[in-house]
Amino acid sequence: MWIWPCGNTNPIKAEVEETLKRIQTHKGVIGTIVVNAEGIPIRTTLDNSTTVQYAGLLHQLTMKARSTVRDLDPQNDLTFLRIRSKKHEIMVAPDKEYLLIVIQNPSE
Amino acid sequence: MEIVHVYTKKRNEFGRQCNFSDRPAELHVDILPDPSLASNFIERDPCDVPIQCTQEMSEHEVNTERFESDTRGINHVEGGWPKDVNPQEMEQTIRFRKKVEKDEHYFSTIMQLGSNMEHCIKQNNAINIYQEYFEEEEVVEESEEQPSAKTINVFRDPNEIKRTATCLSWHPDGSCKLAVAYSSLGFQNISPDMSYDSYIWDIENPNKPEMTLKPVSLLVCLEYNPKDSHILVGGSYNGQIAYWDTRKGSQPVEMSTIEHSHRDPVYKVIWLQSKTGTDTFSASTDGQVLWWDIRKMSEPTERLVLDPNKKGNLDNALGAISLEFETTMPTKFMVGTEQGLVVSCNRKAKTPAEKIVCTYSGHHGPIYALQRNPFFPKNFLTVADWTARIWSEDIKESSIMWTKYHMAYLSDGCWSPVRPSVFFTVKMDGTLDVWDFLFKQNDPTLSLKVCDEALYSLRVQDNGRFLACGSQLGTATLLEISPGLCTLQRNEKALATAMFERETKREKILEARHREMRLKERSRSEQSKDEDTKEGDGEESVEELATRTEAEFYEIVEAELKKRAKEQEKKEKDVCEEKEV
Repeated sequence: MWIWPCGNTNPIKAEVEETLKRIQTHKGVIGTIVVNAEGIPIRTTLDNSTTVQYAGLLHQLTMKARSTVRDLDPQNDLTFLRIRSKKHEIMVAPDKEYLLIVIQNPSE
Repeated sequence: MEIVHVYTKKRNEFGRQCNFSDRPAELHVDILPDPSLASNFIERDPCDVPIQCTQEMSEHEVNTERFESDTRGINHVEGGWPKDVNPQEMEQTIRFRKKVEKDEHYFSTIMQLGSNMEHCIKQNNAINIYQEYFEEEEVVEESEEQPSAKTINVFRDPNEIKRTATCLSWHPDGSCKLAVAYSSLGFQNISPDMSYDSYIWDIENPNKPEMTLKPVSLLVCLEYNPKDSHILVGGSYNGQIAYWDTRKGSQPVEMSTIEHSHRDPVYKVIWLQSKTGTDTFSASTDGQVLWWDIRKMSEPTERLVLDPNKKGNLDNALGAISLEFETTMPTKFMVGTEQGLVVSCNRKAKTPAEKIVCTYSGHHGPIYALQRNPFFPKNFLTVADWTARIWSEDIKESSIMWTKYHMAYLSDGCWSPVRPSVFFTVKMDGTLDVWDFLFKQNDPTLSLKVCDEALYSLRVQDNGRFLACGSQLGTATLLEISPGLCTLQRNEKALATAMFERETKREKILEARHREMRLKERSRSEQSKDEDTKEGDGEESVEELATRTEAEFYEIVEAELKKRAKEQEKKEKDVCEEKEV
């Protein structure tokens, strides 16, 4: 008898869902995007065109920021990138393969 | 010792082409050292030599060539999808996404990144790091900053043959656009290649005008309609009036017919206050002021001939160069003439003779600018010849306040819309003067050289902060003035009122005194006429008057020259003394 581990991934998957949902429901958060290493948006709460713009531009910016940090000190690495603008703040959490982007409107 | 080298050339060889040839070096003069000359000099011992042990630096300024830049954006299109997935197909993309989401690595990454992210989000929500801790109060203390003005942008005439920027008009809403009329005011100065275009500039982009207006003849003046920001009316060099709608393109929507237009260039056109918002009136040096309704440009709705004898005689008329109209006083308007008179008129008069109410004289040249003070409509500013004068409506003999005579001709001026005591003037030597008569009356508060050529026009934006001035080579410069000159100071209105009243009273007293003296003289001369039988005893003939005036004039000029020479000598003497010490 085969017991398919069908329910195995569910709790982890549920946790991921929950994390993303929790992030999205924080005060001031406008949108959340998960992008993979090729720039493909995996998960997004914004509309498609905006997502594609953010994904493309921020991916390149993160690469540039990371290379800058490493050029200044080869033993250093980029852990987080925050871009504060007049209208909102864009936070990028980079990883080797994925990128988590959150757009938040702070404190107003 | 003189060293002379002589060579001869035949007369018929003058002007011939030079043929150069090589030849060996020749010694022409050999000056040997002459030790006897050393007796003319004394050896100096010790010698003071300054030394500095620092890096030697030099300062250089470089002006780069104008770099034209254009802003472009890139539109990102989805990419990066693996070969087997077609990004247009929803199913395939969803399937791909679901596949990625099932990846183990994905989970761990997201969890970790998610916790980082949450931390930052909460941070943002907890404290606003850009919070203003010390909110400034409403009332700013008397800042002792120097008044200053700074050039923000320069809009150059893109054509090869440069024309003068004779009139500027700000866009009525928001003032983000500036309409500039270009023409050439010199007599018969228009070359056939000169472009007739006038432009509307976006103040953010000095590289290229936002819109071109193509009139039939050069535009001398241009005004936006304050009620409808798409409509502009322009007066052109050939006397016609035209109006444009910026939504309808560069050609004028309608032009006035030549037979009924002015016979001279239209120097000023102003929009009137009316229900339909389509009425304007224009003035020209042919002596007429014409009223137009832009919906029907074939004929002016009304005509006024500026005949000071009130007979409507065109030959006698004064040429109009500037107009003034204040929307708070819609029945009155004023015309500034070439002859130096300001004519105050009433629109609602029944007969043309009654239209001209009174005249103000005092200027020696054409009145290039005429404007009422936005806060005190009874007082108006005129800019003409070498002075700017402030008048009160009640005093007709002279102005109540005036500036000194400048070295250069004043070509335009206007009041600041936010401060009642500040006005601006531009001169033919390219300087802009900012006057604040509550601060200083003899000199301008700020005098700024905007460009090397003459400035012909000036316009302040409605917020009082920005002003644009146009020059002879078609360059419109946008300047920002320091906040001190465009924020209303405390008590300013009260102080300005007091000052105007004081000056008006002074002039009234002087006028009354003059009248008294004249009456006395008249009664005295009448008495002497009874005694004497000779006619015209008290009066000199015209020639005698002319020679007397000439002599007086030369005396004054000589006295001034002598004074200047003396000052120059004194200065040189001071410098010499310093050198000796």
